[in-house]
Amino acid sequence: MQNDPFICIDNVTKRFEPDAPPALDAINGEIATGHITGLVGPDGAGKTTLIRLMTGLSRPDEGRVLINGKDATRSHKDLHRMIGYMPQKFGLYEDLTVQENLGIYANLKGLPAADRQAAFDELLEFTDLAQFTGRLAGALSGGMKQKLGLACALLKRPRLLLLDEPSVGVDPISRRELWRMVQALVDETMAVVWSTAYLDEAEHCDHVLLLSEGRLLFAGPPADLTRRVDGRVFLAKPPASKRRAILSRLLSENLARDAIIHGDAIRILTKDETSMVGVTPPPAIVEVTGVLEPVPSRFEDAFVDVLGGGPQGRSLLADAMTIHADDGKPAVEARGLTKRYGDFTAASDISFSIKRGEIFGLLGPNGAGKSTTFKMLCGLLTPSEGEGRVAGFDLRTATADARGRLGYMAQKFALYGELSVAQNLAFFAGVYGLGKKRAQHRIETMLDVFELTQYRKVSAKTLPLGFKQRLALAAALLHEPDVLFLDEPTSGVDPITRREFWSHINALTAQNVAVLVTTHFMEEAEYCDRINLIYRGQTIAEGTPDELRNAIRRPEVEAPTMEDAFIELVRRSDTQEAA
Amino acid sequence: MWRRIYSLIIKELLAIWRDPKGRMTLIIPPILQLVIFAFAMTMEVKNADIAVVNLDNGYWGSEIEAQITAAAPFDDVYRLESVGQIRETIDAQRAIAVVHIGQDFSRQIGAGEPANIQIILDGRKSNSAQIVNGYLTNTIARVSTQAYGGPIVEPLRVRNWFNPNLEYNWFTVPGLIATITLLTTIIVTALSVARERELGTFDQLLVSPMRPLEIVVGKAAPGMIFGYIHGSFFIFMAAVIFKIPFSGSLLLLYASMFFYLLAVIGIGLFISAISATQQQAILGAFVFASPAILLSGFMSPVENMPNWMQTLTLINPLRHFLVIAQGIYLKGLPALEVARNTAPLILIAAVTLPAAAWLFRKKST
Repeated sequence: MQNDPFICIDNVTKRFEPDAPPALDAINGEIATGHITGLVGPDGAGKTTLIRLMTGLSRPDEGRVLINGKDATRSHKDLHRMIGYMPQKFGLYEDLTVQENLGIYANLKGLPAADRQAAFDELLEFTDLAQFTGRLAGALSGGMKQKLGLACALLKRPRLLLLDEPSVGVDPISRRELWRMVQALVDETMAVVWSTAYLDEAEHCDHVLLLSEGRLLFAGPPADLTRRVDGRVFLAKPPASKRRAILSRLLSENLARDAIIHGDAIRILTKDETSMVGVTPPPAIVEVTGVLEPVPSRFEDAFVDVLGGGPQGRSLLADAMTIHADDGKPAVEARGLTKRYGDFTAASDISFSIKRGEIFGLLGPNGAGKSTTFKMLCGLLTPSEGEGRVAGFDLRTATADARGRLGYMAQKFALYGELSVAQNLAFFAGVYGLGKKRAQHRIETMLDVFELTQYRKVSAKTLPLGFKQRLALAAALLHEPDVLFLDEPTSGVDPITRREFWSHINALTAQNVAVLVTTHFMEEAEYCDRINLIYRGQTIAEGTPDELRNAIRRPEVEAPTMEDAFIELVRRSDTQEAA
Repeated sequence: MWRRIYSLIIKELLAIWRDPKGRMTLIIPPILQLVIFAFAMTMEVKNADIAVVNLDNGYWGSEIEAQITAAAPFDDVYRLESVGQIRETIDAQRAIAVVHIGQDFSRQIGAGEPANIQIILDGRKSNSAQIVNGYLTNTIARVSTQAYGGPIVEPLRVRNWFNPNLEYNWFTVPGLIATITLLTTIIVTALSVARERELGTFDQLLVSPMRPLEIVVGKAAPGMIFGYIHGSFFIFMAAVIFKIPFSGSLLLLYASMFFYLLAVIGIGLFISAISATQQQAILGAFVFASPAILLSGFMSPVENMPNWMQTLTLINPLRHFLVIAQGIYLKGLPALEVARNTAPLILIAAVTLPAAAWLFRKKST
């Protein structure tokens, strides 16, 4: 930058509770015009807090935020005219039409009547919403809502555009469009801040501020961070049957900095000292995994490295569960599951089957029909047609005891916040009919396995995010189910917590537990053995993550991501339908 | 099965009790209601002022003035000097009624002619004005029999059964036992399912081995427990603070209260089952509770309502329990009558509880 940065974050600290660690801890950073600056970090990192400081809506406890040389809090009256802010849940009036929403925001921003029509036309064209002006905002899809929100934030072209997690709840296709739009928007007169928990989005930004638990871990172009781990990332492709065992060995012997399942392969980040060797993989790892293939590093690899590496050791869960017998029958079966609401079909003819010891993913954007399918399998919804079986039972009609074969972890770790950790577990033990002795034993085991003993008496709502997740999993596993249903288990959590979670799930598969995961989060899909891709209520593809990726591999797409595969497969299914 | 229900009940109680806000909603409102209803809500005329314009210089005029002044319920009786002051006195609400005695009042009585007294009442307070009017006409009638030479006898001696001194508290406090338990129970139950829906834990309950009926029992218990605690608290207060005599059977009161609470819980769970959020549930609870109190006979007698509305009040559990509570308190309502009024409560519970259980599953989309 030739002159002063547009925004200067100067040693900013913000606390919400005096005893808790600060939401933002002495943050320094700069945001320039002509750039998309990514505010990257998991939930609870402090992204929203920092954005609110920039809007002047809240004030820092220490330090200051300067926008264009002016203090954001003190001059917030002057500054708010040049700021376009799109909060996480954009304040659209759901009962008003697209056009009326634009009208209201034009009034709020004091857009002169003469300029309105031109601004509306331009934005409607830009966001591709021109044909929907008469539709109620509440009836728009997640992607279209975000586009409308963006359009409202852009009325009276701002100099600073603040976007707080604009891509949450948006399908991959709309997400790409959203990125394209914002990229087209940026020029030398405008600064854009895009906050996100998705680490792959960080790579699209020109500049990132990487936050974790209120601390700034990195500031600069994302490639600078990624470069640090160049030459240290490898893929191992052992046979599928041995993959998870090898992963556990890598972790329990603490051989690598980080190791995770990535589709059909294991992705390995080697330790620092080996980086000197260049692209030669460390022999200690090769001995375990066989041939290692060097691959380009990603932002997430570097993030994990900064955080000190992935969790090591082995999941104690492996010893805490009895091994279920494998009778060779499918653990979960969906046969032509269909759900209609009036003339809307939420799920249409969905079939799959899950073996014991298998992790199966239902992947699709919000509203695609995966929750509907999931609920029909759980017995929460009656299918219009077809049948679902879990552990051999149709849960819609099965006895209460049959339902005890299923473990269920709801989205966002649905726990009883007022109850302590031990009380939560005692409740679930009781609900699942565990005898007093067994309940006590299982609760102790779970507290042990998930290292929750020190939090035994703490209210669940005050637990750190990662521990909440552990508690939710512990509650779902108390009764040793043969089938585990997970609803968006790790979206938004930090990569370390996510690795820890999946290492537990890996341990379960060795006990012949079948795991069904629903997710809209492409990264989560990589952990699955097989994936069923759902879009607009229909299965458009099924296979292992690599099969899906290979299906779209073309010379120009060298290393397609899950998201590339998803978008391409949706496109193909659309053209097929049109034909 | 009992283990599951027991766990759910413990969890429900803990969830309410460990939440400081939950604790407050259980402790503060009942005390507030007790104070407000018991002290502010009275229909008696106790502190009303009266004005008298006595333009008559004779004996009968001052006799009436003296009698009015002597009558107890009026706070202050003050004199106005001219007819012109009457309007201002009523307008400024300095008096609820003005007694206007004409110039030739005593003369007319002396001549054996009919004499007139004018009473001007403040119609803005129609209820109190009527009661004041009753007092005044009574007083005037007494003087008039005297004036026209009749024997000085009380025309009627009124004796009020069950509440000889017409103590208003004797009527309201037993009613409060019914209304306040209604409010507590409806709020506790209406929130219970909606809270879990909002948190996302309700689906978790539904996929567990719990049957809908078990969930209903587990969710009903806290309402029952808190309903009984609050009910007992007010029964205690009624005896100790308000000194309301208790002439019936305490056992009968507690037994019929069980079915009353059950009926209210049924309605509360029904509201909870159709609400997606706690906000909707609270709103639903008040949409039910306000008319339930107004149409119960607590504020105004059911007999005064139009016929169709009287029929409507039959689905209101408070209406039936109010008869029981007041009856047991004041006149020792016999068991048969208690049973007759409890039967509709059982019917209401028998409809609403299964409906709620059915809705639990139905509404989980």
